Amino acid sequence: MSAIIRARGLSKRYAATKALDAVDFDIEAGRIVGLIGPNGAGKTTALKAILGLTDFEGELSVLGFDPRRERTRLMEQVCFIADVAVLPRWLRVGEAVEFVAGVHPRFSREKCNAFLAHTKITPAMRVRELSKGMIVQLHLALVMAIDARLLVLDEPTLGLDILYRKSFYESLLSDYFDEQKTIIVTTHQVEEIEYILTDLMFIRDGRIALAASMDEVGERYAEVMVNPDNVAAARALAPINERTVFGKSIFLFDGADRARLAQLGELHKPSVSDLFVATMKGTYA
Amino acid sequence: MNHLPLLLKREYWEHRGGFLWTPVWITASILILTVLGMLAAEVFRSHVQVHAGFSLDELRANIGANDMAEAGRGLDVVQLMFGGVASIGLFFVTFFYLLGALYDDRRDRSVLFWKSLPVSDVATVVSKALTAVLVIPAFALVVSTAAYVVFLVIATVWAGVHGLNALPAVLAAHPLGIALRIVALLPVGALWALPAVGWLLFWSAFARSKPFLWAVLVPLIALVANAWLGLMGGPHLTSTAQLAAMLGRLLFSIVPGSWIAGGKHFFGGNWAHGDDVLGHLDLGRSYALFATPDLWVGAVAGLALLAAAVWYRGRRIESSV
Repeated sequence: MSAIIRARGLSKRYAATKALDAVDFDIEAGRIVGLIGPNGAGKTTALKAILGLTDFEGELSVLGFDPRRERTRLMEQVCFIADVAVLPRWLRVGEAVEFVAGVHPRFSREKCNAFLAHTKITPAMRVRELSKGMIVQLHLALVMAIDARLLVLDEPTLGLDILYRKSFYESLLSDYFDEQKTIIVTTHQVEEIEYILTDLMFIRDGRIALAASMDEVGERYAEVMVNPDNVAAARALAPINERTVFGKSIFLFDGADRARLAQLGELHKPSVSDLFVATMKGTYA
Repeated sequence: MNHLPLLLKREYWEHRGGFLWTPVWITASILILTVLGMLAAEVFRSHVQVHAGFSLDELRANIGANDMAEAGRGLDVVQLMFGGVASIGLFFVTFFYLLGALYDDRRDRSVLFWKSLPVSDVATVVSKALTAVLVIPAFALVVSTAAYVVFLVIATVWAGVHGLNALPAVLAAHPLGIALRIVALLPVGALWALPAVGWLLFWSAFARSKPFLWAVLVPLIALVANAWLGLMGGPHLTSTAQLAAMLGRLLFSIVPGSWIAGGKHFFGGNWAHGDDVLGHLDLGRSYALFATPDLWVGAVAGLALLAAAVWYRGRRIESSV
């Protein structure tokens, strides 16, 4: 599979700060990529550049298009939900469906109505009458009815309760995703999406701190729960993070010898959030 | 550009209240006042002081004297009055529609939804400009014409109560002719209004906050600065009145009919009472405006401003509020 997004030296500078600092990355088709970083790390800027919503320096090709100059054509293949509840409040549900059906060549009205049939949303409702969770349901129904090659989700479930969050990612996986499609998602609720991700991209201070598939992450990183008597030995192996839970020390290792680690204690695959915390150490200091 | 009808429909969905209901309520209140006036006159058995662009007493006198041509002309004036009253509302609706057209969706961030669809910035801006110069006036025209027809029914019934047959007068009027003439004049008004359309849309796309202040204060400050420079003996444009007319077009050329007589009445401020309104709507006289540089210079300036609005629409997403 070839890369559908290719960035080389992608930079974006706001007055005093570098939001993106000469970033290189490739995203292949058929992946679900988690773009994860602390506030202000450049996630949103990177997504905006991909979607043609901002100027940038460097090279960026999305599905073969230059997002700066060919945004309209790009949007026939790309969908995005940028932030929660950005649907205009005056719009009626039926009007939203009619509009997207009219302007989008790859939109299926039947699919959209089928998704909406599973909700309490009716065509005569205005967006302002819907709850935040229902607005996201509507937006997701509109987006999933579009046969796009790339779907970009920027904090799509922020502020929703757990029922809406769970069903959001479930429908995305079961009714939408297939190997022809690619999804990029950013969120702070990492633990909720880690089981659906195929790839991980950490971004920090405008640079890529880690870009790997989940399989690679599993091979490279290991977490060991160490008894107090082995702590010194574990520290000698240069762990990238150390924390204590119920009197036991948990060490995170990058690329250490597994056989050696197994002698120290119980081995685990680290969770994305623990890996994230370890990678981002000192960000706000 | 093939989505244009849908884009215009989208504007109507968002602004139903302004485009449709504003002229409906304005003309309906005129009709209600007319009927109330008639009733009051009947109760007090006095003369009818109802003057809907043309006094009803005069109408009755004309019909009584069998002067149907004069009565018909009077009714034509009433029709224009309905259009004129709707136009006052139309100016305010258009002005604030344009200021918000490329700003409101940035303020509530719904621009991120619109931008997620394959609609170009050019198509978006063009649809807003066309809405201002064609869709809003079309609504006002249809509504005011309908109101005028209701008025004709009311007036005919009222005349009948007084034993007069108003139908010959109605037949002597030119409702269709006047409506068609106004339709034929829409392009003149549209071209004439381009500077204001471009100016307001430009600030709407450019401003990070308060587009109204930018759009109104910039010409005002330019005017004051020019006068002050003149006072201090610095380089300035000599004719303050001319500059005012020029800058005035940036804000007020969307006033329906402000193009009449090349804008001299409106921007010169010497609209004479009892002026021959019907004569001004003569097609020949109005189309003569196409031969004046004033119209074309303004139109080119308007198009340049629209191009700038498209440019900022592509780059400025966030507002600061």
